[in-house]
This record gives sequence, C-alpha cells and structure tokens, in this order.
Amino acid sequence: MAKLYSKNPKSEKLNPKDETISFILNYSKALKVTTYKNITFEAILN
Amino acid sequence: MQNSQTSDALLVSNYIKGDEYALELLIKKHKQSIYGFIFSKVRDRDVTEDIFQDAFIKVIKTLKKGKYNEEGKFLPWVMRISHNLVIDYFRKNNRMPKFDNSGDFNIFSVISDGALNAEKVIIKEQVQKDVRRLIEELPEDQKEVLMMRMYQDMSFKEISERTGVSINTALGRMRYALINMRKVIEKHNIILTN
Repeated sequence: MAKLYSKNPKSEKLNPKDETISFILNYSKALKVTTYKNITFEAILN
Repeated sequence: MQNSQTSDALLVSNYIKGDEYALELLIKKHKQSIYGFIFSKVRDRDVTEDIFQDAFIKVIKTLKKGKYNEEGKFLPWVMRISHNLVIDYFRKNNRMPKFDNSGDFNIFSVISDGALNAEKVIIKEQVQKDVRRLIEELPEDQKEVLMMRMYQDMSFKEISERTGVSINTALGRMRYALINMRKVIEKHNIILTN
C-alpha cells in the first residue's frame, strides 16, 4: 500500500504554547489593581 | 457538569481572593477548548496564540477589578470574550487586508516596478559608455554604418544612399564592425551585461 506522507490534522492537539500560558500567569502575578474613590488603577509590578 | 461548574466557580473565587494557582488550574482545564474554538475561526496558529493571550488578559483584568458576575458560566464567558476578539481581528484585517506571500505564487512578480533601480541605471550608463568607446575604435567607414544603423535607426537602403556605397557594402561594413567589436570585447574581457 502506498505510504501517506500527509499529516493527519486530527492527530494534532490544539493547545496553546507553554510560553503563552507562562506569559498569562506571569501577567496575572504582575498585575495589581487598586481602587481609590471610584477610580481604578492598573499597575504592572515586576 | 454541575461539579465542573462548581469547581470553576470555586477556582474563580479563590483567584479573586489572590490564589494565583487557581488561575493556572482554570487555564489548564479550559485551554484546549478555548484554543480550539479560536483556531477553528482564524485558522492560524500565531493569531490563535495572540487571541488566546488577549482573551485571558481581559479575563484577568475583569476578575481583578471585581467586575465578574459569578453565574457558574466561566467557560461560556471566556468563549464570548474570545469570540469578540476574533471578530475584532477579522474587522481589523478587512480594513487592512494582508497578502499571504508564503505560497508558490509571488505577488512581487506581478507588481514589480518595471523601472530600473539606481544600481541598474548606473550599470546601464556604464555599459552604454563602454560600447560608445568601442565604436570610437572602429575604422571610420564601419563606424559610420554602425552609427546610422544602431543609433539613427536607418535601413541599409538609406545607409547606402547616404554613404554612396552599395547595400552589400554597407551590410559588409556592419558585419565587420560587429566582428571587430566582439574581438575587442573578448580581448579585454569587457563585460557588457546589465
């Protein structure tokens, strides 16, 4: 039987890259939201 | 299903209280369905990564600002955010269409500028100058025929009338002019290509 050289798209799992997940988690850790008299401040703390 | 929703609600609540690990669990739990949903719309891995990331940035901001209403619908809510970002992406792309130049077809073969670039203009001028110098080296009778033929675009009949020689003589002089020029070109290894 002839070999199939095409990729089977079903075999690919659709998952985000680890870097993306890591970025999101780091962003979450760095983001600080402060509210003062109806004003919300967002700060990225490194 | 009920358990899964309760668990989401608990994780969201823990995250709002400051438990960063709860967000990690939420992402791990739903990443495949959200990523798959976005990819099914945009069909591009890089764009999917970007939208996935932007969706969670919105999620994080909303949760941290305390604007999220817990109704046991975390996943549908994230899906809705992703869906809106996908729409934004297509809107932006429609305004500024991109041409994917990754295939066999090269758009620049169609829209290329016919005009010579600065370098080629200089080379062309140089080649023309070299040819002029070669012509100057030819015997006067050959030079006369060649100039009339090539630069004044005259026919051999007109050349013969102007110079008072037969057409065959004019043809012969033209032939010798070209032969002589080729000899000089070969002898001095002159490159006359653009």
